[in-house]
Amino acid sequence: MTTDEKNKMLNNKKAALKRKIQEKLIEFILFICALSSVVITFFIIYTLVSESVPFFKEVPISMFIFETEWTPLFENAKYGLIALISGTALTTTIALSVAIPLGLITSVYLSEYASPKYREIFKPLLELLAAIPTVVYGYFAMLLVTPFLQKIFPNMSSFNALSAGLVMGIMIIPYVSSLSEDAMRAVPQSLREGSQALGASKFQTSIQVVIPSAFSGIASAFVLAISRALGETMVVAIAAGLEPKFGFDPFGPTETLTAYIVQVSQGDLPQGSIGYRTIYIAGLTLLIFTLTFNIIGLIIRHRLEKKVR
Amino acid sequence: MSRAKINTTNETVKKLKRQDLIFSCVGLTVLLSALLVLVVLIYDMAHTGLPRLSFDFFTSYPSRFAERAGILAGWVGSLLVVATTALLAIPLGIAAGIYLEEYSKKNWITRIIEINILNLAGIPSIIYGIMALALFVYQFALKQSVLTAGLTLALLILPIIIVATREAIKTVPSHIREASYSLGATRWQTIRYHILPYSFGGIMTGVVIALSRAIGETAPLLTVGAVIFIGFLPTSLMDSYTVLPIQMFNWISRPQDDFHVNAAAAGLVLLSMTLLLNGLAIYIRYNFRKKYKW
Repeated sequence: MTTDEKNKMLNNKKAALKRKIQEKLIEFILFICALSSVVITFFIIYTLVSESVPFFKEVPISMFIFETEWTPLFENAKYGLIALISGTALTTTIALSVAIPLGLITSVYLSEYASPKYREIFKPLLELLAAIPTVVYGYFAMLLVTPFLQKIFPNMSSFNALSAGLVMGIMIIPYVSSLSEDAMRAVPQSLREGSQALGASKFQTSIQVVIPSAFSGIASAFVLAISRALGETMVVAIAAGLEPKFGFDPFGPTETLTAYIVQVSQGDLPQGSIGYRTIYIAGLTLLIFTLTFNIIGLIIRHRLEKKVR
Repeated sequence: MSRAKINTTNETVKKLKRQDLIFSCVGLTVLLSALLVLVVLIYDMAHTGLPRLSFDFFTSYPSRFAERAGILAGWVGSLLVVATTALLAIPLGIAAGIYLEEYSKKNWITRIIEINILNLAGIPSIIYGIMALALFVYQFALKQSVLTAGLTLALLILPIIIVATREAIKTVPSHIREASYSLGATRWQTIRYHILPYSFGGIMTGVVIALSRAIGETAPLLTVGAVIFIGFLPTSLMDSYTVLPIQMFNWISRPQDDFHVNAAAAGLVLLSMTLLLNGLAIYIRYNFRKKYKW
C-alpha cells in the first residue's frame, strides 16, 4: 500500500468518525427538545401544587369542601370551592348539551351522507368555528346572544350562564364532529356493505353499525369536548358575570374556576397575596378535573387502537 | 310471494328511504346552522365595527374617549409577542416531532413523552398562564414583559406543533428513507434532505394554525400581566406590552356602548388575522397534497 492510499483510508476513517459523532450529537439535541415537553408538565404540576399547598395549612381543607360561598377577598373570607365548581359544571353542561348532539349529527352527515366534494368544503369551514379567538365569542355571547335570549326569557339577567354556555357549545362543535367523523370513516367499508346487503338503509347502518363500531373514537371526542368546555375562560369571564354562587340557575350570573382566575388576575397581583394564592387553588382544582378527563380519553383511545389492530 | 307481503315490503322500503331523506336534511340543516352562526357573528361585527376602522384607529393609543382610542399598542404588541413565540416554539416543536417520529425507540421514555404531549394539548390555556406567572414573572424575574408573554404562548402551542410535525412526517412513505439509506446517507442527511422537505407542507400547516391560536389567546396573557392601558410601544423584549385580544377584552368590559363599537372594530381586525392565517393553512395543505402523490 502506498502512503497515498494509507492517508486516504485514514481520512475516510476520520470522516466516518466525525459523521458518527455529529449524528449522535444531533440525536441528543433532538432528544432534549422532545424531553422539554415533560419538563413543562413537571413545572405546571410543581408550581400549582407548591403555590397552593401552603394555603391549606392556613385554611383547613374542610372549609374548601363544606362551605358553599366563595368570598376569599372579603373581610369575612369564605372558601367554598363548590360555588366555583358548580358554576363550571353548569356552563360545561349547557355547552355539552349543544355540542354533543349537534356535533354527532354533523359527523354522521359528513361521514355517511355527504359527497366527498361537499365534505372537503364543509370540514375546514366547520373547523373555523374552533379557530376564532374566544374573546370574540365572548363579545358575541354578551352583546348578541344575551339580548336575543332576553326577548324570550324577559327576566334573564344580562350576565348569565345560559348564553355563555350556548356559545361555548357552538365553539366546541368541531372538536366533537371532526374526531367523531375520523373515527366513523375508519370503520371498514365492508361492515357498511354487509349491513346494506341485508337490506338496511343508510340511516339504520349509521345508527346500528357505524356508530357502535366507532364508539371508542366518538367517546374520546366527547371527552375532549368536556375538557375543552371545563377550561374555557374568556367566554364565561365576559358573558356569565363574575358572581360565584352555589346553584344551577342558567338564567342568572355565575362564576367558573377559570373566570375567577381572570377576575383576580386583572389587577396587579403581588406574589403571596390571598388573591394570588387562591388562583392556584382554583387552577389546581381545574387541572385535576381536566387531567382526569384527559386520562379517561387516553384509555378509551388506547383500547380503540388495540381493537383496530 | 303474496301480493300483501310485497306491499308491506314496498311500504318498508319507502319508509326507510324517507327516513334517509329526513336525516340527510336534518344533518345538512344542523351543519348549515352552525355555519350560519359564523356568518352572523362576522356580519354583526363588521356591521358594528367597520365604520370605526379608520387609519387613525390603527395609529392611536388607547384613550379615555372611545372615539379617540386606537389599537396601535395592541397590534404592535401582538406582532412582537407572536414573533417571540414563533422563534421559540417552532424550532423546539419541530425538533421534538422529528425525534419522536424518526429516532425514538419503543421504550418507556418515549411512551411517557407521547402520553405527556397528548395530555399537555388538553390542559386549559389559563393553567399555562398561572404557571407562567409563578415561574417566569416571579421565579425567573422576567416581570410583565414581552419575553414572558412569548414564552407562555410558546409553551402553549408547542404540543400543537409537535403533533403536526409527527403527522406530517408519518405521511412520508418508508421507501423514501430506504432509498436514501441505501445510497449511503446517514439518518440526519435523510431527514435533512428528504423527510423534512417532503413533509414541509404538513408541518407549516400545523405551525400556521398554532400561530393563529397564539394571536387570539387572551386568558394566559391576562394572568401574566399584559398591561391594559399603555401609551408607548415596547422597544425591547423586557418592556411591558399589551396585545389586541386584551385590548378588545378591556373595551368589552366597559359599560359604555361607544367602547363596544371599538371592541367590535378590534374584534374585526383580530378575526381577519385568524381567518387569514387559517386560509393560508388550508392553501398550503391543498398545494402540498397536489405536489406529492406517493
